[in-house]
Amino acid sequence: MLLPAVLIVLVFIYIPMTGLVLAFKNYQYNLGVFASPWVGFDNFRYFFESGTGLKITWNTVFFNVINLLTSQGLAIIIAIIFNEMRARYFKKLSQSVIFLPYFISWIIVGAFIYNIFDYNSGMLNASIKALGGQPLDMYNADNAGLWVLVIMFFNSWKWVGYNSIIYIAAITGVDQECYEAADIDGANIFQKIRSVTMPAILPTIVVILLLNVGRLLRGDFQMYYQIVGNNGQLFDTTDVIDTFVFRSLISTGDIGMTAAATFYQSVFCFVTIMVVNRIVKKTNPDYALF
Amino acid sequence: MKTTKDVCVFNILGYTLIGLWCLVCIFPIILLISGSLSVESDISQFGFSIIPRHFTGAAYNLIFKAPGELMQAYGVTIFITVVGAGLGLIITAMTAYVISRKDFRYRNPITFFFYFTTLFNGGLLSTYIFVIRYLRLKNSLLALILPLLINVFYLLIMRSFVSSVPESIVESGKIEGCSDYTIFFRLVLPLLKPALATIGLFLALDYWNDWYNAMLYITDHKLYPLQYMLYNLLSATDAMSRVATNTGIPMGSLPSQSLKMAMAVVATGPIILIYPWVQKYFIKGITVGSVKG
Repeated sequence: MLLPAVLIVLVFIYIPMTGLVLAFKNYQYNLGVFASPWVGFDNFRYFFESGTGLKITWNTVFFNVINLLTSQGLAIIIAIIFNEMRARYFKKLSQSVIFLPYFISWIIVGAFIYNIFDYNSGMLNASIKALGGQPLDMYNADNAGLWVLVIMFFNSWKWVGYNSIIYIAAITGVDQECYEAADIDGANIFQKIRSVTMPAILPTIVVILLLNVGRLLRGDFQMYYQIVGNNGQLFDTTDVIDTFVFRSLISTGDIGMTAAATFYQSVFCFVTIMVVNRIVKKTNPDYALF
Repeated sequence: MKTTKDVCVFNILGYTLIGLWCLVCIFPIILLISGSLSVESDISQFGFSIIPRHFTGAAYNLIFKAPGELMQAYGVTIFITVVGAGLGLIITAMTAYVISRKDFRYRNPITFFFYFTTLFNGGLLSTYIFVIRYLRLKNSLLALILPLLINVFYLLIMRSFVSSVPESIVESGKIEGCSDYTIFFRLVLPLLKPALATIGLFLALDYWNDWYNAMLYITDHKLYPLQYMLYNLLSATDAMSRVATNTGIPMGSLPSQSLKMAMAVVATGPIILIYPWVQKYFIKGITVGSVKG
């Protein structure tokens, strides 16, 4: 009964893991994975010495951290507000609206980006021109920093609704008696949130943070690729490991670098999550993942 | 009644924030729809705007007049969504059932076998080389279906659902002398309907929105799923010239900007339309999935 699932996972995930050896080889197409010659750490050396390694690692971590903080932070705030909201129709309607972006594929977001930021017909430049200003060339390296905000924004746009559901579920589990006790003690609503709600959802926040720490070096490829596209000028600021790997594989065909980056990413993520889990187990076993 | 001033302040801040975020959420969608209904020359002259200066259905007319590639892409997407979600659902449910049974000896190792893949995997390169070279699945629908079939998160959510089916049902089945398959399909499965709906919808959404696998493995444009076809239209000029040949309108006179927007609307339209009905399944699924953590 288990056979189909086990087979598929075996074939699509475990067996390709052996491909990680390519990080240490010089892949020749005609020889295949296993007959290609070994080259030790050459691929890694090139990856890091060319500066790309450090740069995209930094980008990946940087974006993951700010995306995590903004999307989770906003989700928590929204969940808390929802919990206290009394207007039923507004609550249902707004939750629907906020959750909707999760269902929209990143390709459509790509269409939004075009719609808003295109140099000639984008809405942003149209508005700027109408107000008498100079149109903004978003795809110029000088303006690359702005894309950080764009990425941050769209990441939150997509995920806040989804994340808020998790926090709402956690808040719903809070015992009403705690709130009543706080009421009796004369707490106002802000104090109630700080003393009752926040501590109650702390475990959830911790677990989510832990889950995300293990993904610190993994970027949401679809998001970055669709938002930034293939604009070379923006790579310095916005390229992450996943987009780099993809481009190296598909466009430049540089298997060596790709393999090194992939290996580095997988191993690093794994080590990080094991280490963090071990630390958490020592301090507060309830919060550990396994 | 205690003073409600603090509640008042909270409400003002809270409702405003939520209201603003709601506007922010639908703003891009409105832009998209507006763009699809705008006159092309307005777009070239004035750019995209929230409300079209002049309304026109030209882009949509074009799509429905020569729907060739669009219909093809829709067909591919519907096929892989139905087959993929259906197959994935059965396999996920079966697997979840097995690992939820306490009398299953290899329960923990097998569960770990699946869970481990969320911690560590071979990455894009390995999977790519493997699928293209060793499995030879390039330009095959299987390449679109198989990768998304098993999702460990959905498996664990399904396991939570299955655990809630009472042991007595399974036991009574065993007493009757049923095989495991019979117990699963005739006794347990019917009780899992909400769970099946939830995970089924999650899977369906994944398949509907997938373009990544198409980008990696499909080069034959007759096999492009919907999202990938849209991506092509947005980023590659040859896609637009194919539209020109299909409709007989020269490239220069095509309302290409509004056409792109219209295609995007058509690609995501079905999702937005059925969203109100399926929303609650997703919310339930996420809630169950997060509570387990």
